[in-house]
Amino acid sequence: MRKPTAGALLSALFMGLGQLYNGQWMKGILFLAVGIGFLGGAAALDLPDYLRGLWTLGDQPSGLVKVGKLTQMVEGDHSIFLLIKGLMALLAVLLAAALYAACIRDAYKTGLQREEGRKVRSFGQTLRAINQRNFAYVVLLLPAVFILFLTVLPLVFSILLAFTNYADPNLPPANLVDWVGFANFVKLVSLKVWSDTFFGVLLWTVVWAAIATVTTYVGGILVAVLIHQPRIRFKAFWRTVMIVPFAIPSLISLLVMRNMFNNKFGPINDMLRMIGLEGVPWLTNPMWAKATLMIVNMWIGIPITMILAFGILTTIPRDLYEAAEVDGAGSYQKFRRITLPMMLFATAPVLIMQFAGNINNFNVIYLMTDGGPVNTHYQYAGHTDLLVTWLYKLALDQAQYSFASVIGIVIFLMIASLSIWSYRRTRSYKEEDMIV
Amino acid sequence: MNGSNARLKLGLSYAILIVLTIVSLYPALWIVLSSLKEGNSLYSETLIPRSFTFEHYRELFRSTKYPIWFMNTLKIATLSTVLGTFLLLLTSYAVSRFRFAGRRFSLNALLVLQMFPGFMAMIAVYVVLNTVGLLNSHLALVLVYSSGAIVTNVFVAKGFFDTVPGSLEEAARIDGASHLTVFFRIMVPLAKPMLTYASLMIFNGCFVDFIFADLVLRSEDQRTLAVGLYKMVNQRNSTEFTLFASGAVLVALPVMTLFLVLQRNLVDGLTAGASKG
Repeated sequence: MRKPTAGALLSALFMGLGQLYNGQWMKGILFLAVGIGFLGGAAALDLPDYLRGLWTLGDQPSGLVKVGKLTQMVEGDHSIFLLIKGLMALLAVLLAAALYAACIRDAYKTGLQREEGRKVRSFGQTLRAINQRNFAYVVLLLPAVFILFLTVLPLVFSILLAFTNYADPNLPPANLVDWVGFANFVKLVSLKVWSDTFFGVLLWTVVWAAIATVTTYVGGILVAVLIHQPRIRFKAFWRTVMIVPFAIPSLISLLVMRNMFNNKFGPINDMLRMIGLEGVPWLTNPMWAKATLMIVNMWIGIPITMILAFGILTTIPRDLYEAAEVDGAGSYQKFRRITLPMMLFATAPVLIMQFAGNINNFNVIYLMTDGGPVNTHYQYAGHTDLLVTWLYKLALDQAQYSFASVIGIVIFLMIASLSIWSYRRTRSYKEEDMIV
Repeated sequence: MNGSNARLKLGLSYAILIVLTIVSLYPALWIVLSSLKEGNSLYSETLIPRSFTFEHYRELFRSTKYPIWFMNTLKIATLSTVLGTFLLLLTSYAVSRFRFAGRRFSLNALLVLQMFPGFMAMIAVYVVLNTVGLLNSHLALVLVYSSGAIVTNVFVAKGFFDTVPGSLEEAARIDGASHLTVFFRIMVPLAKPMLTYASLMIFNGCFVDFIFADLVLRSEDQRTLAVGLYKMVNQRNSTEFTLFASGAVLVALPVMTLFLVLQRNLVDGLTAGASKG
């Protein structure tokens, strides 16, 4: 048998054997130890049981069982713990498999080297090679562990929940959770109680994201243009003042705003009454609440666009404006025909990312209105709830975990398609001449 | 004719700027004045209170756990910022500078991870923390915040490293510097503006998170400022408004000062994040 094949086969038989065969003692023993560790760990931790649990999600719920004459509380399977432990086990198996594959590949390659009559690397050389060639992996090891266990694993778990019936009243430990396929997705669009809410909230989410993005974007550019005028003095002062809303933590400013817009006692209605007007139901009437949210969002969002706009305004050549003036263009035309297209050209990706951000604009809605005022036609949602705040309510207040996960997937699909679309567009943008 | 028209326009511009100034400063001004006002109600007869008092600030320290919350927050935010920035630095440097198998995949995975709403995984994180027995601990928050910091900031940081010319490292490598030396002696000092921006963002994020912290921290002694403050205004909304106001002022002040002092870095960071396209 050829040396590469023999090495690979031996390593496939058990981790490290191929390395020993190739005469790499240290490496072989290390791999051997890791292999034994894996097997021992798998046996000690009942790894197959966990993997089976991931599949079945438990056979026996907790409950009272009659044993002889006594009724006893018997602790059964907890589907959710089975699911998460199963996932962890799966992750461990995958990692082990990757290392296993690397071990076989290494034995094969070293075998090739031996066949060609080259000298096999010593352990010290291997370590040095890792430091040189595979430095990236060494560096990425720690962040990867963090992301795998604290971001990827929980996310996969949540995505899987969308395909189970883990929703109130079917909650462990008294009940078992089962895989239900796409049933939740179907329910969401076809069952009237859910579909009315879903499409209503979806529509408002899109409308909100569109208006919120456009208002802050145009508003931010206008403020920047205003300050950027050559004859305006104290530019740094105006700019700093306008950045203040961005510098106050939004948690604070939103809680403050909620009180400012209070119908009865808030200072805004107070002022309106002082000049003889009637108070406005800022946050309690559905239409007004939506308008108020837009205004508050502008207050928070305009500074960010403004900061971006300043950077771009300085790059627009002045002679463009001068030429426009010679042709008799007014301020509005200059803004509409020069500033805005230039800005759009430079910030198109940002605009789309801001749109995506507004789809997920949790804080403004949650802190200002908490989704209210109440909409009696909706399932667990109010007039101003976005998909993301509805998701939050479904998961944390109503224990409708599987539906919350479905909503999360819907949000992901919206944002992912937007991002792909924007990526394509910016690519094609770059090849075009922008001034038509 | 033309001159007076221009002057009118300038006057109008100043007028608009003054109105905008009032609008953007009013909420801050109002909350500061409310925190100094006597009594405890939201309602105030006059715009500027008749008399000022520091009583609410004193009460904040006497009758609530505000000082404990403050120390908790400071601890969590500082640790998360240090750990998160360190991990971010490692990740972004590696994906920007090295071409390794799985690089494209890792970048795409990070991109996809960003697109899921953060709340979606919260329940799962809760269950995971529960299984490893980290509920109601500050360590749990630090770990989760740091991990989140990598995912949310990696592209801005990577974009920054992409702009650093490779010739710098090559020169150092020729002089015999190892990867680690290049990293700590050349890349980290160069990345200072980006690091300032990223760490400010992380710090601010930890400082104001009231959702996840509320989920994880179960006892009042473990609470952070944001959670404490949120509970305060949610439970005692109109009855003890001035107390909330003084708490809000004390939370906003340090963050605001940081933002305004580091304005320059912020602007650079935001612009860099925007132009990566």
